Amino acid sequence: MPTRRDMLASTAGALSGAVVFGVPPLAEPEQQRSPAPPPQEPAIPADPTKAPGAPTSALGVRSPQVNPARTPTGAIAGSSLTPHQSLTGTITPADLHFERHHAGVPAIDAAKHELLIHGLVERTLAFSIADLKRFPRVTRTYFIECSGNGGGAFRRPRPEMTPQQIAGLASNTEWTGVPVRALFNEVGAHRDAAWVLAEGSDAAVLTRSIPMSKMLDDALVVWAQNGEPLRPAQGYPIRLLLPGWEGNASIKWLRRLELGTRPWMTREETSKYTDPLKDGTARQFSFEVDAKSIITAPVFPERITRGWHPISGVAWSGRGRVTRVEVSTNGGQSWSNAALLNPPTSKAFVRFEQMWEWTGDETVLLSRATDETGYVQPTRAALIEARGIGTSYHSNPIYGWKVATDGAVTFHGET
Amino acid sequence: MRRLTIATAALLVGCGPSGSDARSPQRMGLGREVPAHEVALVNRDVGPDGVELPPGRGTVAEGATVYAAKCASCHGAKGEGMAPFPRLVGRPAEAEGFKFGASETSLDRTIGNYWPYATTVFDYVRRAMPQLTPGTLTDPEVYALTAFLLASNEVIPMDAALDAESLRAVKMPYQDRFVPDNRRGGREVK
Repeated sequence: MPTRRDMLASTAGALSGAVVFGVPPLAEPEQQRSPAPPPQEPAIPADPTKAPGAPTSALGVRSPQVNPARTPTGAIAGSSLTPHQSLTGTITPADLHFERHHAGVPAIDAAKHELLIHGLVERTLAFSIADLKRFPRVTRTYFIECSGNGGGAFRRPRPEMTPQQIAGLASNTEWTGVPVRALFNEVGAHRDAAWVLAEGSDAAVLTRSIPMSKMLDDALVVWAQNGEPLRPAQGYPIRLLLPGWEGNASIKWLRRLELGTRPWMTREETSKYTDPLKDGTARQFSFEVDAKSIITAPVFPERITRGWHPISGVAWSGRGRVTRVEVSTNGGQSWSNAALLNPPTSKAFVRFEQMWEWTGDETVLLSRATDETGYVQPTRAALIEARGIGTSYHSNPIYGWKVATDGAVTFHGET
Repeated sequence: MRRLTIATAALLVGCGPSGSDARSPQRMGLGREVPAHEVALVNRDVGPDGVELPPGRGTVAEGATVYAAKCASCHGAKGEGMAPFPRLVGRPAEAEGFKFGASETSLDRTIGNYWPYATTVFDYVRRAMPQLTPGTLTDPEVYALTAFLLASNEVIPMDAALDAESLRAVKMPYQDRFVPDNRRGGREVK
């Protein structure tokens, strides 16, 4: 929804634009004395070719007919999910990227913010944001997925779930920043550094221990998302980005990297973000995201009509490229390869699509992704068999959508 | 695979320019040298061996007083939790033996029945609690709260006190249940 400020800006633009048509604009003092009342929602004319349209604007807004929204929860610690059913393509708009905060979104002065790197280093250095921007940059598209994504749909699937509720803790955007290995070269990282503590500058002072191997592989310190500075909810002014790994480890509002020899066993890697298994153990440092896909159309609460429909969705893997997405339109009796609409890249969303003619019979639509390691997205039953029902982190079962004879589409989670 | 990556990475770092981005000179000369006393202001993490633990000491009884004043309003008078604030205390029989993975019902993961390291309690309480005034507890208060929470979870005696040495010595009941991630991609579902 456009805000009142957007409306006022739009009105001001309209007034100055009026000069073009020979109508003098209102004098400045007049505007100050009686600000324009909040205008109505712009009406959509029957024929948009018969009157001039809206003027240019300082900041773009969505059409009043397009109202995607996240699902904010929690007063301080909470999450807010990406509305996959409202999106096409692969790039998540930055304002719809999911959020997960552990003590709110901090307000940070980028001019004062520094990244301190210390511990097993030759030189203890703090880098300003301006310093970081002077290193050679990289721009890459990567998804981030919270390892809690889909936990609820795994343990308690319900027919009225949407893609947002099932998989909204995953988003995919373009990031720009500096490789961590360039920073570690600058400080002179010691050979015996095996783990790195990354710390955020939020009120949780969130910390995770990251293996040195990941930091030297493809880890980035990023300051930009989709071509503009990070949003505060995404870590402004800088965040760590660990491609393909559970989102919690990509520390936002990054302020410190400490190089050491062993993990710190922080709260977020012990009491949380560990995965209990049915054999009475719990996986720890389970960073990688396994291959996953979800159909985002048609989905609940749509009601479809007979005839041709594109079955469309997204797939991703934290272990590399998605090589194949299969779709079944008969509850898994047979599968066929869906078209991939963009060239798959490592640790990023790929959009898949398959055309399907619905003839009015009840059925279940399914998708499953395969990645370059040969891993195939498993059924929910296979995950329960391997792990137990009590594991809700790193949940990646095949998801289904049941189509009833009246065309109503509902979530089918018990695959 | 990971082992190989570590070895390769260490080699690269050791060789200077070739280990960094190919477009970087050996060093850019960027960044501000930070003196040790300045690092100490933010370097407050405590790892599982507890070598970073600060001076100070606190008893279970002192911790009960701090808990009642600063923690109970969210976590409940006995640490029983009040959604969304998690339960901290308790060893209910249905979860004992680390039954979390196999349980159809969602079992509370308390400090006593889940947390693998006692140092984590100290580190987390000191850095992030109380939620509305994080970082305001003194080190003796954090020792006392840690003692109270561990005693309430039947990990240490109710008449115990904790300081750096005694906290380092605490072994949590289920520490040995935590295992490395064995997922590696490929055909097998794990």
